[in-house]
Amino acid sequence: MSTRRVVVTGLGATTPLGGDVPTTWSALLAGTSGVRLLTEEWAQTIPVHFAARVAVEPSEAMERVEMRRLDRSEQFALIASREAWKDAGSPEIDKERLGVVIASGIGGVTTMLDQYDILREKGARFVSPHTVPMLMPNGPAANVGLELQAKAGVHTPVSACASGAEAIGYALEMIRSNRADIVVSGGVEAAIHAMPMSGFAAMKALSTRNEDPTRASRPYDVDRDGFVLGEGGGVLVLEEYEHARARGAKIYCEIAGQGLTSDGYHIAAPDPDGAGVQRALKFALRDAQLTTKDIVHLNAHATSTPAGDIAEANALRAALGADADHVAVSATKSMTGHLLGGAGAIESVFIVKTLQDRLAPPTINIDNLDPAVTVDVVRNKPRILPSGDIAALNDSFGFGGHNVVLVFKSL
Amino acid sequence: MALAQADVLAGLREIVEEVAGIPGASVELDKNFTEDLEVDSLSMVEVVVAAEERFGVKIPDEAVTDLVTVGDAVNFIVNAAK
Repeated sequence: MSTRRVVVTGLGATTPLGGDVPTTWSALLAGTSGVRLLTEEWAQTIPVHFAARVAVEPSEAMERVEMRRLDRSEQFALIASREAWKDAGSPEIDKERLGVVIASGIGGVTTMLDQYDILREKGARFVSPHTVPMLMPNGPAANVGLELQAKAGVHTPVSACASGAEAIGYALEMIRSNRADIVVSGGVEAAIHAMPMSGFAAMKALSTRNEDPTRASRPYDVDRDGFVLGEGGGVLVLEEYEHARARGAKIYCEIAGQGLTSDGYHIAAPDPDGAGVQRALKFALRDAQLTTKDIVHLNAHATSTPAGDIAEANALRAALGADADHVAVSATKSMTGHLLGGAGAIESVFIVKTLQDRLAPPTINIDNLDPAVTVDVVRNKPRILPSGDIAALNDSFGFGGHNVVLVFKSL
Repeated sequence: MALAQADVLAGLREIVEEVAGIPGASVELDKNFTEDLEVDSLSMVEVVVAAEERFGVKIPDEAVTDLVTVGDAVNFIVNAAK
């Protein structure tokens, strides 16, 4: 019954492909891998020696004193939010109508671990007084909220790798329900560290293609062997449509709906039936008042794990039916790695750019397409999308059985 | 070990600059940590711990509330080191 429509008026990102949206987007269309061997000594002591670090270190965009009070995930959130806010035209707004919803899957894990090292080596007196504000998962959202003086509400949904998408959906609802007119939303992650990587490796979730890192993230390829951990974040400025029009804002597209479900199946494995994914997709389309016929593009979760990619593809085929034949599916984690709580956010940024440029980004590293993949994957180079009214989906899933589907449509 | 007031001030300047980004030159004896230098309560904890380590003194928590100005801190450290 909501009559308040929500549009995207600003974008920001810092990713393994670039320190901002334009650089990232160009590299993505060019099919560039952001994955690299890690140079830290610890990397040689764990099973996986590579990851997708951000292309531009926060120190190039931030003052030293500001940085030392912020976890790396908080630095990413501020950098991406500053770009997005500026891109939105730095809108004048009553701060009580401005919200922030920025997620993270793991929070300030490197701060936690570094401070634990200090505790053990030097004692409690030397643990930084900034530790707790740096490690709390709501820290990225809180710091952005503080900088923008947002007073409509600052929130952090946590659902592992679905967190970023869930944050954007939460922001959508904040505006629809008239709690806010503008919400800065997205997700970040900064978990490239021996401990979380060892944990993922112990689950056999990470690729161990140490001899060829840039080819390790290969969604839908028959030889995929796990995901590649990435870091960074993406931020979208969501705004109530009439509010955006009244101030003459640049409007990228509409965010038209979301669907949320949970599997009730397993703590980490995907439900092979994909019933939860199918339901989320159906709910999202219904929420957006669209049908499968309207969808021309989908940025897939596709992390490059053997089980996950196929379970997702099957669920998409089942939910989209014959209309899957005109949905160009891109698996951009082949280039960015998997940003965990940042994934759904940067992939939403990519969808907005896709709708703007009518270009679906490629999926790289598919030497041999897995014959079990039943969706139409965009490979190697971008694909031109149709003119006219089009819509696109982002799906994100998280350990715990969380399913989120977001719907974006051209305006 | 006795410490000279000038050496303690020089050390504090470096610490405050490192912790709070305040240019060392503006860290003068009569400056108030909170009001003049905008060293907030969390950063003050960092300054105290760094000063303890650097000058080899103990600055008990109950004494920290009395360290209102840079001069208060310099005097406390000089006396504590005697």
